[in-house]
Amino acid sequence: MTTHETATHAGGLRRSWDVLRVRAARAGIVLPFLIAFVVLTLISPPFATHDNLVNLLDQQSAVLIIAAAGTLLFVSGGMDLSVGAVYGLAAVVTAALAQNGNVIVAIVVGLIVGATVGVLNGLIVTIWRINALIATLAMSFIVSGIGALATSGDSITLYDRPEYGYLAQTFILGLPSSVWIMIAVSIVLGLTLWGTAFGRYIYAVGGNDRAARLAGVRVSGVRIACFALSGLAAALAGLIDSSRVLSAQSSNGGNALTFTVIAGIVVGGTSIMGGEGAVWRTVLGVLLLALIGNGYNLLGLNPLYQQITLGVLILVAVGLQSFDGRLRRWFTRLRARDGRTATATTAA
Amino acid sequence: MIVHRTAGAPGVSPGHQFGGVEVVGVSKAFGSIRALEDVSVTIEPGTIHALVGENGAGKSTLGKIIAGVLEPDAGHVAVAGHVIRMRTPRDALEAGIAAIEQEISLAPNLTAEENVFLGAEPRRFGFIRRRDLDRQWAELLAETGFQLRGNALAGALPLGERQQVEILRALSRRADLIIMDEPTAALNEQEAAVFHATLRAVVGRGASVVIVTHFLREVLELADHISVLRDGRLVQSSPASGQTEPSLIRAMLGRELSAVFPPLPTTEVEGPAVLRVRDLVAPGVDCVSLEVHAGEIVGLAGLDGSGRAELGAAIYGDVPTESGSVEVLGRPLGVHQPSGSLRQGLALIPASRRDDGLFLVRPVTENSSISSLRRLTRFGVVRRSEERRVSKDVYQRLDVPSGRGRQPVSTLSGGNQQKVMLARVLLRDTKVLIACEPTRGVDVGAKSSIYQLLTSLAADGMGLLLVSSEPEELIGLSHRVMVMRRGRVAAELTGAGITEEAILTAALTDTTPIEESKA
Repeated sequence: MTTHETATHAGGLRRSWDVLRVRAARAGIVLPFLIAFVVLTLISPPFATHDNLVNLLDQQSAVLIIAAAGTLLFVSGGMDLSVGAVYGLAAVVTAALAQNGNVIVAIVVGLIVGATVGVLNGLIVTIWRINALIATLAMSFIVSGIGALATSGDSITLYDRPEYGYLAQTFILGLPSSVWIMIAVSIVLGLTLWGTAFGRYIYAVGGNDRAARLAGVRVSGVRIACFALSGLAAALAGLIDSSRVLSAQSSNGGNALTFTVIAGIVVGGTSIMGGEGAVWRTVLGVLLLALIGNGYNLLGLNPLYQQITLGVLILVAVGLQSFDGRLRRWFTRLRARDGRTATATTAA
Repeated sequence: MIVHRTAGAPGVSPGHQFGGVEVVGVSKAFGSIRALEDVSVTIEPGTIHALVGENGAGKSTLGKIIAGVLEPDAGHVAVAGHVIRMRTPRDALEAGIAAIEQEISLAPNLTAEENVFLGAEPRRFGFIRRRDLDRQWAELLAETGFQLRGNALAGALPLGERQQVEILRALSRRADLIIMDEPTAALNEQEAAVFHATLRAVVGRGASVVIVTHFLREVLELADHISVLRDGRLVQSSPASGQTEPSLIRAMLGRELSAVFPPLPTTEVEGPAVLRVRDLVAPGVDCVSLEVHAGEIVGLAGLDGSGRAELGAAIYGDVPTESGSVEVLGRPLGVHQPSGSLRQGLALIPASRRDDGLFLVRPVTENSSISSLRRLTRFGVVRRSEERRVSKDVYQRLDVPSGRGRQPVSTLSGGNQQKVMLARVLLRDTKVLIACEPTRGVDVGAKSSIYQLLTSLAADGMGLLLVSSEPEELIGLSHRVMVMRRGRVAAELTGAGITEEAILTAALTDTTPIEESKA
């Protein structure tokens, strides 16, 4: 086969490749998740028990809530490094208010604090045009500084306010309310991204913001809304975790939480470049990481290997994305050569 | 590389004789588009040689081949009788050829002097020898007569002086031939005058200059020799002395038609205007007024950089305007932003659908419905069946293959991608459409059907502003053509007056005397 013939195939190939790779990216996380689940079920008897799985979901509910909102933000082309700090701040604000006041009011105020930080992040990124990574990194320092300042770094206990615990610890149909809230948030945000006009705009803004603007999408508004959702979700997560243990400390959450969230989103296959992704993939991504941690615990392996596994997993996930990009460029080049070969043949 | 030049200290005086450049039988194609076909040109030493032609005539491509930026598919470039194979601009530079691109490529945070000697600084033990540098700089300035401060930051210099820095850089590398693409497009009259003096100084040293340009009067003032290209072929190459603006325009005329145009619907130009632009001032647009009536197609012609594309963007609200007003159906645009324009029935199809139009990995249907989601949603949720139904109707009208709606839009051909952009407009109640280069990069079949569609939209009462670089398209589709030059409307042509010659003459000829535009 001559170069020319190969190249002519490239056009058709590229098209089917496009379809294929989009489908593959969408389904990519399912297989590793299922494998991890089945392997753990087979080799560790305590894994597939009701208690272990519910416990796992309960522990992950905070991460999942933040990551679900983070997915929308990632798809819109944004990024939020301040979620860990907001998680801590919202928890101490609510806890401080709940100590002597109405619990409901305290919860609402805590959520407003998170949403406000999110809106600020969005305004800084869209109006000052500061890179989201830097803007939210700076915000993360500011927010955790405020939290530490207000509480002098002490933890606020709410042992005498058991009603605050209802938020996360009410059992319905055998599952704690924290898990129910997580499920509700994931479904609502997932459907928002998948089926609403706002969701379409998020994909549009993240995929091609110039095109989105020319198509009449209010790009800044969409961006700010995504940051607000991220802040709100981080606050909600902070409240749930403090409700579970009836105490809050501004240093809770922090960068470890932020990085776990980002890792889950990335492993799920949502592009850090924006324009692609889905909440259900993030849910599986976060749970895959949790399964691996759970597996290390149950099997009594050295937890240090767990971190290494985590790192490798992230690299593989991101590596697949960039490999995909390289393949695409390769196909484009093949097509360009097709053009050149064709004219050379006619010229000869 | 066959030609080898001794690399001495980058001195100033040419101690050798430059033998000129010969371009022999050069052809070049991009995909299926012939950019150049069997072009042969000789560039004599010590002359200014101009390459002129319409948009897409191949003049920039030829300039790039001589500069070694592009490799020809056939033919060769010979310097001083030696055939050279240039794969990179560096090879060309070693052969004594330097290219200065339209976009100036200086490091803005380095000084003028540092930019000139960047990568070729006189060094000892890796340290730059400041004194040698200053001496060479002074020699270069003395040679060319430029008034430049060596320690000024390049980014802070006016455009004309930045070009001088680029020229000095080329001369410091002992370039015998400097190729410049549209060197004065961004210059004002005063800067252009400085630039002309610069070029004379350069050729005075025995080097040659090739300028690729649209501006015929400038060409006639400056060039010693003029080569005219049309559709990738060299139609004329002669000394400038015998040429006039009309004779050059005549040589550029006569491109072959490549598509069939549908008959134009008749319009009631007496009726009220659907789009009225008054005294609009915006980046690249200098006080433009125009009207488009219902059912009318108004062509917007002009060379690249004439303000043609900029005007479309300014009307649509893509760039902030400085003054002036835009009215749609008699109502001024409230929020001058694309979202606001769309709400009042003004839509735009961008010139580059891949960069500014499409969301490539998203499904076809989502791409076409993105501007109409307001009417396709209930409580914010997209009604998918309704979306599919209205899309199907539009795709039928546009003749887009059905059943592709859920595939990524990147899997469609260029023509069908453009139809997706049109579908976006059709899904809304659009009163005025600004269509920028609606047939760029689409095949002939799709071209004809897009032309048909545009005329049928006009027949249905839409007002169209057709922004195009193709005279053929403007002639075949427009009731009226406004020709832009340097940000202003240079001419308005109607009916039988819309000819390629008239468009080119208005686009290329400087009718305003320099004194007046200075004032």
